Amino acid sequence: MIPTKEEWIKALEERHGQTLQQKFASASVAVCGLGGLGSNISLCLARAGIGRLILIDFDRVDITNLHRQQYKAHQIGMYKTEALAENLREIAPYLSLELHTETMTEENTPQLLQNAQIICEAFDRAENKAMLVNRVLETMPEKFLVAASGMAGISSANSVRTRRITSRFYLCGDESSDTGSGLGLVSSRVMCCAAHEAHMVLRILAEQTEP
Amino acid sequence: MVIINGTSLPMDGKTLSEYLEMSNYNPLRIAVERNGHIVPKAKYNEITLTDGDVLEIVSFVGGG
Repeated sequence: MIPTKEEWIKALEERHGQTLQQKFASASVAVCGLGGLGSNISLCLARAGIGRLILIDFDRVDITNLHRQQYKAHQIGMYKTEALAENLREIAPYLSLELHTETMTEENTPQLLQNAQIICEAFDRAENKAMLVNRVLETMPEKFLVAASGMAGISSANSVRTRRITSRFYLCGDESSDTGSGLGLVSSRVMCCAAHEAHMVLRILAEQTEP
Repeated sequence: MVIINGTSLPMDGKTLSEYLEMSNYNPLRIAVERNGHIVPKAKYNEITLTDGDVLEIVSFVGGG
């Protein structure tokens, strides 16, 4: 049986303290790309009691995603937005979700992100990462942006870190290991980078703005 | 001197585009901050690096 909303809030407040939990509950966070980074970021944020997630991805779940992305075998073929929403609702039934099953472009980015207070870049391709980061920093300077670069391969998880680039822009990852140079993506290292992104979001909400 | 990604370099007088090209950056994979502000891609050609500038060039790699 699913607990009531009051029981849910009480349990979260016992863990995080009432002040911090209220900040999490009133936050709206966008996750751009729902692959290895985005699906794991979303799970972390949902479990922490973030109030509203804006989930954006054009793609469907594929068998090659399952080694690192938070989907299930029976969800192959579903849109990632819908499959992830299903999984998140099982974990956090009172989470508010806004789903956008479309490709992000320079044109639609400002509108898709207008309700977000903090934005997570969680794309796979370097060109898409750069497009989103440039677009957000140019047109939405009031928002916080957490991006990722470099988490491929089996190298040490200790080289994955968070760096503050400017007052509202953070970059997670080792900034070098590239899938383009033939490295595969390993679930634990991608999750580690996703956890860096999610943790920075929670720290920003806690007004702890250093990485 | 211009500080680029933490290193002091004698790049005064060059445009940002010239520096990016000589350093083999792919303009489609980067974001450039100059003195704490993002440089719009359309301005890469216009901006001349000057003494005391602090640049951070973020070069993205694939994976996610």
